[in-house]
Amino acid sequence: MTLTVQLFAKLRDIVAASNVVVELPTHATVTDLRHVLIANHPNLAGLLDHCRVAVNHDFADDSQVLMPTDEVAVIPPVSGG
Amino acid sequence: MIQLTHEPIDYAVLTEHVRASHCGAVVLFLGTVRDLTGDEVTVFLHYDAYAPMAEKKLLEIEAEVRTRWPVGEVALVHRLGRLGVGEVSVAVAVSCPHRVDAFEACRYAIDTLKELVPIWKKDTTPTGESAWVHPTGGPS
Repeated sequence: MTLTVQLFAKLRDIVAASNVVVELPTHATVTDLRHVLIANHPNLAGLLDHCRVAVNHDFADDSQVLMPTDEVAVIPPVSGG
Repeated sequence: MIQLTHEPIDYAVLTEHVRASHCGAVVLFLGTVRDLTGDEVTVFLHYDAYAPMAEKKLLEIEAEVRTRWPVGEVALVHRLGRLGVGEVSVAVAVSCPHRVDAFEACRYAIDTLKELVPIWKKDTTPTGESAWVHPTGGPS
């Protein structure tokens, strides 16, 4: 399946884009997504370890299975307030 | 109520919004842009959000506050875009019948906002250098 993954803040600066498109096998998990992101964009590796992944506007566990219709985003450590 | 806004936050209006005749206590928290972080001088901040998720998380915080405390009204508003030193970046206003609950509810709301809501700030220094702030431990 093809997923468009939204990026924010420093992640956008690192890849110079607000989202990236990834190819994942059916039943891929959030962990699989992390591996593909690092394979495609090795310079994300450091910060990605500190990021959470959001699926459909909720934080997801690394074991969560992704669906083609999911809205997926990588959430770097937040600094609102 | 919750809101993300690019306009200045009118915290007097927000405070009036949460007042209620059965609430003898109103607590207002304001977060403002600080001029110094350690030795680093800030000229302005730029706030960005993952808006649909940020609004969902703010609504969840509002709902949790209403569940845990006898709240009359609660309002959480976060500013986005460019803010100069001294401007209000976030406001949380809570009314309750008594002050202990109002203080606790307001503290919970701002602490949870800072932990969970996907909003980020970029700090710009007098030399024009800017950097996103991504805390990876400790209080901020």
